[in-house]
Amino acid sequence: MSLTKASIANRLFEEVGLNKREAKEFVDSYFEAMRLSLESGENIKLSGFGNFQLRDKAERPGRNPKTGEEIPITARRVVTFRPGQKLRARVEAYAGSGD
Amino acid sequence: MTKSELIDLLASQQQHLAHVDVELAVKTILEQMSQSLAAGERIEVRGFGSFSLHYRPPRMGRNPKTGASVALPGKYVPHFKPGKTLRERVNNSMKKEQ
Repeated sequence: MSLTKASIANRLFEEVGLNKREAKEFVDSYFEAMRLSLESGENIKLSGFGNFQLRDKAERPGRNPKTGEEIPITARRVVTFRPGQKLRARVEAYAGSGD
Repeated sequence: MTKSELIDLLASQQQHLAHVDVELAVKTILEQMSQSLAAGERIEVRGFGSFSLHYRPPRMGRNPKTGASVALPGKYVPHFKPGKTLRERVNNSMKKEQ
């Protein structure tokens, strides 16, 4: 099982009292606001959770793993997530699924 | 953008919701996401990305002050993988800047 937008919307319905349509809309707006911030070049800092940071990567040489042919990996901007202290501590305590 | 700026932005977009409700909703979302990860459950948001746990095996570390070796136990750390839409939109925004 994994957490999805549907289960987040359901929690907003149960705990915040938004109706089902509002809850679904809110979850969409929430993630869209985060995408727009990153798209506009602005990092996101969510205290207690973590930071989403943009990194610009220079072009570097790469290879097509199938053919072995050399092709450059173009310069790009990527999003990285740095979990905050609080989230790290909570996750560290997770004992694992036993496997 | 900080958490409070995100709350203000969403409140301005969702005029039918009271500011306190938007604040509670954002905090509820973050708490639910943290709880899921703390319970070892993945998070999957299509178009944004997925969060999962990565295992770090036990290792020998050092106390930087005394130089003494200490055994560090294995642990889990949160990991985020951006989704296709987010990756593309962020990367395209860089190309437009140039």
